[in-house]
Amino acid sequence: MYDMKALYEAGSVDEAVALRVAHPDAQIIAGGSDVLVQMREGKRAGAELISIYGIDALRGVSQEADGTLRIGSLTSFSHITKDPLIQQYINVLGEAVDQVGGPQIRNIGTIGGNTCNGVTSADSASTLFAWDAIVELTGPDGVRRQPIHDFYLKAGKVDLHPGEIQTAILIPKESYENTFGHYIKYAMRNAMDIATLGTSVNVRLSADKKTVERTRIAFGVAGPVPLRAATAEQTANGQPVSQELAEAFSQAVKADINPRDSWRASRDFRMHIAVESAKRAFIESVRLAGGEL
Amino acid sequence: MAEKFVKQYKTVHFNLNGNDVERSVDVRASLTDMLRNDFRMTSVKKGCEVGECGACNVLIDGEAFNSCIYLAVWAEGKHIRTLEGLLGPDGEMSDIQQAFIDEAAIQCGFCTPGFILTAVEILETGKEYTDAELRKLLSGHLCRCTGYENILRAVKKTMYKRLGKAMPE
Ligand SMILES: Cc1cc2nc3c(=O)[nH]c(=O)nc-3n(C[C@H](O)[C@H](O)[C@H](O)COP(=O)(O)OP(=O)(O)OC[C@H]3O[C@@H](n4cnc5c(N)ncnc54)[C@H](O)[C@@H]3O)c2cc1C
Ligand code: FES
Ligand code: FES
Repeated sequence: MYDMKALYEAGSVDEAVALRVAHPDAQIIAGGSDVLVQMREGKRAGAELISIYGIDALRGVSQEADGTLRIGSLTSFSHITKDPLIQQYINVLGEAVDQVGGPQIRNIGTIGGNTCNGVTSADSASTLFAWDAIVELTGPDGVRRQPIHDFYLKAGKVDLHPGEIQTAILIPKESYENTFGHYIKYAMRNAMDIATLGTSVNVRLSADKKTVERTRIAFGVAGPVPLRAATAEQTANGQPVSQELAEAFSQAVKADINPRDSWRASRDFRMHIAVESAKRAFIESVRLAGGEL
Repeated sequence: MAEKFVKQYKTVHFNLNGNDVERSVDVRASLTDMLRNDFRMTSVKKGCEVGECGACNVLIDGEAFNSCIYLAVWAEGKHIRTLEGLLGPDGEMSDIQQAFIDEAAIQCGFCTPGFILTAVEILETGKEYTDAELRKLLSGHLCRCTGYENILRAVKKTMYKRLGKAMPE
C-alpha cells in the first residue's frame, strides 16, 4: 500500500485541469516511476494524487500541418524509441530515452514526467534542449507554449502554473530539418544507472557537406538544470568540417559549463568527460549528416 | 493538520491470464498488492518495491512492467499476464520455463518469474536478437544467485528453438 491521502483520476485533459483547480495541493502522477518511488521513500508520504495516466489522448507522436512534431506528454520511452516519425526526424531522442533505466522503466516512464521532474540528469532533457523543444502546457486559461529552456526554473522546479498540466513536447521543423544528432550517456553501469553526465549534440551541414551550418550542444548534470553550451556552438557555426574543429568545439565547452562535485563524480572528472563526450558526439553527428573529417 | 484519512475503494475490471475478473480495491494498493493478496498470484514477488529489481514484473497488454510501481486501479481494461498464466491445461510447463530448468538458470528462484515474463515479451516479438541485444533486454532484472549467463543461455536457446534455427556455437 502506498501512503497516499486520496487519488483522483482524470480521463481527459479537461478533467485533469478541473481536478487541479479543485485540489490545488494534489500532485500529478503520470507513469509514477518518480512519484511512487518518492512516496515509498516517505518524501511524498500522505500526498493527494491526481492520476493522468489514463488520458490516452496524450499518448503518441504525430506531425502538425506546419511540420512540427508533437510528442504527447504521456508517451512512454519505449514507444518514443519505436515511433517511425521519431526515427525519421529525431532519431537521437529515441536513442537517448532507450538508455533510461531498464526495459520495464522504459515502458512506464513518460517524457512528460522526465521533463516535469526538473531533474538535470533526465535522459531526454539534454536532447530536448539541444533541439530547441517547446513545452505545451494546458490550464484553466487555455494552452501556452514555452521554450524548454525557460520551462526549467531551478533544480527540481519547472514553470507549471496552478491548474496546469504538460500536454505535449513539440519539435519545430526548423529545428529538425536536415539535422542529425548523437547522445552520449556517461554512467557507471550500462543499465539501471543515472547519468554522471549527458551530452547531446546535433549538426546541420551545408549541401556539399563541407561546412557546419549550425551546431547545437546541451548537457545534463553539467549544472543544476540542463544547459546549452553557447561558446562551443559559436566556435563551430559556419566553420569548415575538420578534426581540428571537433577539437576546438569540445575545448570551448569549458567556458560554458559549471559541473559540481558529488558522490557520483568530481567536478574535474565531469569537466574531462564533458570535453571528450562533446568531441565524440560532434564527430558522430557530422558522420550521420554525411560529412567526413 | 491532516484531516482524518477516509478509505477510498474502486472496482476494477481486467483480464488476468485469460479470464475476465473484477475486484474492489483500495486505491492505495500497488498492482503487486492486488495480484498477490486478492488473486493469490504469488509468482509476483516483492523484492525492492521501488522499481529496481524486476522481481514483481508482469506483462500488461504485452509489455513488461514492474507491478510494484504501478497502481492497482490502472489495471482497468488491461490484459495482465503472470507466470501462472504460462502453464498448460494440465499444469505443463512452457518451453521457456523448461529451458530455465535445463540450463540451471534458477537457484533460489526469487528473480525467475520476473525474468521469464520479460523473456516471454522478447520471444513473442518473433525476432532474432544478438547476445548484446538480449543482455540489454534482460537488464531490468537483478539475480543474486546465477551470475546471469545461464539465464541468457536459456532465453537464447528458446529463441532459436521457436525460430526453428540451430543455435550458433
Ligand atoms: C529504477 C528506476 C530507474 C530510473 N532510471 C532513469 C534513467 O536512467 N534516466 C532517467 O532520466 N530517469 C530514470 N528514472 C526516473 C523516471 O523513470 C523518469 O524520470 C520518468 O520519465 C518519470 O516519468 P513518469 O511518467 O513515471 O513520472 P511521474 O513519476 O508520474 O512524475 C514525475 C514528476 O513529474 C510530474 N508530472 C508528470 N507528468 C506530468 C505532466 N504531464 N504535467 C505536469 N506534471 C507532470 C509529477 O507531478 C512528478 O513531479 C528511473 C526511475 C526508476 C524507478
Ligand atoms: S519489487 Fe518491483 S522492481 Fe523490485
Ligand atoms: S535465482 Fe536467486 S535471485 Fe536469481
